[in-house]
Amino acid sequence: MPKKVPVRLRVNGEEHELHLPPQRILLDVLREELNLTGTKRGCDLGTCGCCTVLVDGEPRLSCLMLAKLAEGHQLTTVEGISPAGALHPVQRAFIDLGATQCGFCTPGFIVTAVAFLRDHPGATRDEISRALSGNLCRCTGYVKILDAVEAAARTLAPAQER
Amino acid sequence: MAGTSSRKSGSAGTPRPSSAETDLVKEAEATRASSGYHLIGKRTPLIDAALKVTGRAEYTDDIKRPGMLVGRLLKSVHPHARIRSIDVEEARRLPGVAAVLTGDRYPTPFGVLPMTHDETALAVGRVRFLGEHVAAVAAVDEETCERAFELIRVEYEPLPVYDDPKVSREPVPVKIHDRALRDTNLQKEVFQHFGDVPKALEGASQKVKLSGKYLGVTHGFTEPHCTIAEHTPDGRLTVWSATQVPHYLHRSLSEVLGMPMHRIRVVKPEVGGGFGGKSDPFPHEIACAALAIETGRPVKVLFDREDVFYLNHGRHPTQNDVTVGVDGDGKFLAMDIDALLDGGAWSSFGVVTTYYNGVLAMGPYRFDNFRYHGARAYTNHPPSGAMRAHGGTNMRYTVESVVDEIAARMGFDPIELRLQNFLPPNFKTINEFRITSNSVRQCILAARDRSGWEEKFRKLPYGRGIGVACGFYISGSNSPIHFTPVFPQCTVHLKADMDAGVTIHCGAADIGQGSKTVLAQVVAEVLGIRMDRCRVAPVDSDTAPVDLGSYSSRVTFMMGNAAKAAAENLKVPLLQAASELLEVPPDRLEASEERIHVKGRPSQGVPFHEALHKAMETKGALVASGAYSTKPLGGTFKGAKAGTAPAYSFSAYVAQVDVDLETGFVHVENVWAAFDCGRPLNPLAVEGQIEGSIHMGLGQLLSEGLSYRGARLMNPSLLDYKILTPMQMPKVECLLVGEDDPEGPFGAKEAGEGPLVAALPAVGNAIYDAIGVRLMDLPITPDKVLRALEEQRKKGGAVRPPAPTRPSERTPTHGGR
Ligand code: FES
Ligand code: FES
Repeated sequence: MPKKVPVRLRVNGEEHELHLPPQRILLDVLREELNLTGTKRGCDLGTCGCCTVLVDGEPRLSCLMLAKLAEGHQLTTVEGISPAGALHPVQRAFIDLGATQCGFCTPGFIVTAVAFLRDHPGATRDEISRALSGNLCRCTGYVKILDAVEAAARTLAPAQER
Repeated sequence: MAGTSSRKSGSAGTPRPSSAETDLVKEAEATRASSGYHLIGKRTPLIDAALKVTGRAEYTDDIKRPGMLVGRLLKSVHPHARIRSIDVEEARRLPGVAAVLTGDRYPTPFGVLPMTHDETALAVGRVRFLGEHVAAVAAVDEETCERAFELIRVEYEPLPVYDDPKVSREPVPVKIHDRALRDTNLQKEVFQHFGDVPKALEGASQKVKLSGKYLGVTHGFTEPHCTIAEHTPDGRLTVWSATQVPHYLHRSLSEVLGMPMHRIRVVKPEVGGGFGGKSDPFPHEIACAALAIETGRPVKVLFDREDVFYLNHGRHPTQNDVTVGVDGDGKFLAMDIDALLDGGAWSSFGVVTTYYNGVLAMGPYRFDNFRYHGARAYTNHPPSGAMRAHGGTNMRYTVESVVDEIAARMGFDPIELRLQNFLPPNFKTINEFRITSNSVRQCILAARDRSGWEEKFRKLPYGRGIGVACGFYISGSNSPIHFTPVFPQCTVHLKADMDAGVTIHCGAADIGQGSKTVLAQVVAEVLGIRMDRCRVAPVDSDTAPVDLGSYSSRVTFMMGNAAKAAAENLKVPLLQAASELLEVPPDRLEASEERIHVKGRPSQGVPFHEALHKAMETKGALVASGAYSTKPLGGTFKGAKAGTAPAYSFSAYVAQVDVDLETGFVHVENVWAAFDCGRPLNPLAVEGQIEGSIHMGLGQLLSEGLSYRGARLMNPSLLDYKILTPMQMPKVECLLVGEDDPEGPFGAKEAGEGPLVAALPAVGNAIYDAIGVRLMDLPITPDKVLRALEEQRKKGGAVRPPAPTRPSERTPTHGGR
């Protein structure tokens, strides 16, 4: 048994002090230690995007990241995308426009899209499509996902320009 | 945006209807709107969407049980071998290991079809594919399981490896299963002949034969298989599993573990996609339960992505030959099909697949002569099974290519040729399928008009093209897999209580397609209440009445009818109670706008909850049940039930492509997808099924394929198995033009699998229009396109196919039937 090391994580604004074997992967720690099961495991190999979380606001594949290396960074999972009881416009649009079916890919898409629209308000469909091309969805054919992110871009753009 | 069911995605312009003629889509919408439903037919967000977008929906792997162990399965390193011995003693002694099991513990064979039980929970004496499970370990963590694997000694004696169904079809020295036919490795053979095919072909003025070759493809759902089992001191076993068919799992657990069904509870949490790949009861589900029994502790078995590829059960690698003969006027005379399927190591749904590759080939066209020879061979590949549009996809590509080729050779516009040959509605086919509603004509005319077909077909510059293809699929298999005991295909239970909410219990598995939402829509529609009064209970075999599962596109049709019946039954005491309160006879009352009131006069009535409370005064909570059973259908010849369904979906897709002549890359620009699902209950979800089907179909057409070297799978990862990204998706326009089906709930038919089948050949035929070559070897990767172009150049240069020469009468949009 490799010995455990202290790991201090800041997730969705909360501090967690953990003792973990140094090789523990961030995805496992989020899901198993912190019970943040919204982040999904689709492949464990960096090929599906289901495990995407935001590290200092940037989308990262948590299945490819050691938890220890996430120390000192702000982590955001799908659970932290919107304040309790509210929905982010991207989440709202996913619901209204049918962008989630089985939902397993959805958290990964949501966090990726939220980060992208933050930096690219008013992005075009083609730009959105490129930004989401690291996320795999087998149910929707992406059509309604793009519809939803485009619609959210329209809601967000005027607000951010002001 | 409510109320429109023709939606285009993307921002680029779409051609308008080609003239002042009637818009079929608008016309269909207007007809549906006139029936005045308050929920049915409305674009309805999924009732569980809010949980999914916030990460709160619970999938199997999200469940934690106290003291839960990790279960892992050791994979075979040989594709075909006898197991001389397995020594697990050392592994058992490893600290942290709670149990190690091998195949001899639960050797009872099982399988999804009762007549072909050839799987076991763990390999018994023999492995038949690389990755078959030979031992199961439960331990405190994953690392301990891995170390235990290193301590397990398996002695294999390699056997001849079969990786080619053509070899398996001949006499073989070693049979993969004893039950294989004669001295071969064939699992199933089907012969059917109606009319006189040789004679009809002899008299044909044109005969076209094409052969198609298809790599196997796999479902690619994002959620890997996962199962949790717990055996509690009260003697009960609970199994949570990512399954499409909780009932089959329930039966198989009971059979293999030797435990009565009533002591087993199967729960289906949210499922992250299935597409047929979670419809078999699987060995790992049973092995997980066995580990839980053995250890007395909860055990979770979670697959990694490679395990998912090895378990496969995807679409069969297939070779098929299709010959169609036509008379001088273009009337289809006869169809002759030969298909050879690579079934891999197990039977799975193979008997059904073998039938479907033939029996579903004729529709949507009328033939009076039909012959089919289908064979499915065992090989040492991972098992093939059911995948979306099961048995209807590979054969459809070849058939629609043949039809396109006939049109080209005879100088027909392929749309006109199809219009001449469609099955009419209310018709019995030569193989005794009962066709009822059928809007295939409206489909092809709508796709023609919306796509600007006439300005494009054979008229786009070389390298760009447009193509058409049709589809046909069952709306629920008429004969259930299990015949005994006799029970309905689907049952729905309702409970309305003090809180004025209605709880819906049903065993139908929502796997993302939105069946829970349809349940709530149907019940709320009948009771005239808001949808949020309806709560769909999780699928739990202790409380939910049996449903036969989410496969064969049966859920909307069968569950919808059962839900409607249950709600009608629940309405009876409500009307009775309101009748007492209002002193108006019940037959003059109706339920709408959250009230029970005099027909047509909502003000003369009582609120829903008052009627409910009145009815509860003596009875307590109201409960009601509704069920749907199929009627007997089909002929009496051998295999006559295969492909019979209470209704069929129809489709016609037009696709436009741009083939890059330098790189061979096929860029699909647009798909106009006209689909007949009868009345769409939730157009938002129907569009989602169509768009997802197109994505999956184009993946198989252009880039997906399980590639083997011998029996070794070369691409068991999402990096090497190429699923289309958002950037490769065409613009999709869904055209929902179906008329109400006479037996479907509110006139609905399936939209889960049928939407896939026309996508592939519409694009294949568009490639033919673009560059004049017919590519019949899937997937059509750029190298194959370049090779075909090269050959074309050698033969004398780039040639577009000739334009139609037959005077086309330009079938009017209202072309009679
Ligand atoms: S689980 Fe991380 S990319 Fe698939
Ligand atoms: S919604 Fe199922 S994978 Fe995207």
